Amino acid sequence: MADETTKPRMLADAVTGSDDQRMEMFLGQMLRVGVLLAAVVVLFGAGLYLRGATRTAPDASASYRVFHGQPAQLTSVSAIWQGARQLQPLAVIQFGLLLLIATPVARVVFSIVGFAIERDWLYIAVTLVVLALLIYSLTSGTHL
Amino acid sequence: MNGLEFTAVVAVGAFLGGLLGSLTGLGGGVIVVPLLTLAFGVDIRYAIGASLVSVIATSSGAAAAYLREGYSNMRVGMFLEMATTVGAISGAVIAAKLPTSTIAIAFGVVLLYSAYSSSVEHSAAIANLPPDKIATALHMDGDYPTAAGRIAYHVRRVPLGFALMYVAGMISGLLGIGSGSIKVLAMDQAMKLPFKVSTTTSNFMIGVTAAASAGIYLHRGYIDPALAMPVMIGVLGGALLGARILPGAKVKTLRVVFSLVIAAVAAEMMYQGLKGHL
Repeated sequence: MADETTKPRMLADAVTGSDDQRMEMFLGQMLRVGVLLAAVVVLFGAGLYLRGATRTAPDASASYRVFHGQPAQLTSVSAIWQGARQLQPLAVIQFGLLLLIATPVARVVFSIVGFAIERDWLYIAVTLVVLALLIYSLTSGTHL
Repeated sequence: MNGLEFTAVVAVGAFLGGLLGSLTGLGGGVIVVPLLTLAFGVDIRYAIGASLVSVIATSSGAAAAYLREGYSNMRVGMFLEMATTVGAISGAVIAAKLPTSTIAIAFGVVLLYSAYSSSVEHSAAIANLPPDKIATALHMDGDYPTAAGRIAYHVRRVPLGFALMYVAGMISGLLGIGSGSIKVLAMDQAMKLPFKVSTTTSNFMIGVTAAASAGIYLHRGYIDPALAMPVMIGVLGGALLGARILPGAKVKTLRVVFSLVIAAVAAEMMYQGLKGHL
C-alpha cells in the first residue's frame, strides 16, 4: 500500500493516449504556422514602416509618453484590412497582429475537430463554450 | 533615438524578456511592461497592448515545441480556459475604468507574487495521489514523460483550480500579461499536476486567455503597431529559443536569479505608481 501511494505508476506502454498526442502535435504545428505567418506579415509591414523611420521625430519614444489611442483605421478589422491591402505600413503590421490574435482562436476551433474524432462530447461542449467567449470578446469590442 | 534605433532597442529587450519568460514559465509580459514603462517612459496602456500581443506570440510560438515533448494536458487546459477567458474579459473591462497609477501598483503586486512563486522549490517527483471524483468524471488524469518512461498522475481539487484560473484570467486581461505564475499556482499547487505539466499546460492556455482580452484592447486603441511590432518579433524569437533549450535547462538557479530581478522591478513599478508617474 505504501509503495502504491508513494511511487508513481510507470506506464510500460507509451502508446496510451496516442490519439491525444497526434492531436496535440497537429495543434502545435498549426500554432507554429499561424505565428510564423503573422510574423512574416508583421516583418513585411515593419520593412515598409522602417524605410521612413529614420526620418521621424528625433526622439521616437516621445510619441508613446502620452496615451492618445489609435485612429479608427487601426482599431477595426475591416479598416485594418482596407489599409493593409493598400500597403499602408502600420495597417500591414496591425493586420499581422490580427493574424496573431486569430491563431489561438483557430487552435480552439481545431480542438473541436480533435475532440469530435475522439467522440468526446463533454470536451466538444467545453471547447464550444471557450470559442463562444472568444467570439463574444473579439466582436463586442467597444461595447464592453 | 530615431524610429529605427528605438525599434531595435525595444526588439533586443523584448528578445531577452521572451527568453527568460519562456524558460521560467512566467511569460514575456512581466518583463515587457516594466521595460517599456520604466526604461522608455511609454504610457502603460500602450505597454499593456504591446505586451498582450507578445504574450500570444510567446504562448503559440513555444506551444509547438512543448506539445511535441508531450508534457501538456489538453483537457485540463481547455476546461480551465472557460474560467480564464471569462476572467480576461472582466479584466479588460475593469482596466478601462481604473487610473493608470492603480494599474501600475497592481502590476507591481502581481510581479512581487511572481517573483516569490518562481523562487519556491518545486519537487520534480510527484506522489501518486488517489483519484479525485470530479477530475475522473472530466477525464483529466494523464501521464507525462520522464527519463524513466511515462508516469501517470491524478488531478485534484478541480473547483479550487477553476476559481484560481478566473483570477489568473482577470489579471491577464487587466495587466496584459500571461499571468503564468497564477496559472501554475492553480495547476501545480491546487490541482497537484506535475510541475512541467503545469508550466507547459499554462503556456498552452495563455494564448487563448490573451486573445480574449486582445480584441477589446485593439478596439480601444491600446495596440500601437509601431510599438507592438518590435515587441512581438523580439519576444517571439526569445521564446522560440527558450522552448528549444528548456528540456535540458537547469531552471532552478535561473528561477532564483530571475525572481530577484523581478522583485526589484516590482518595487520600482509600485513606487512610480504611488508617485503617480505611471
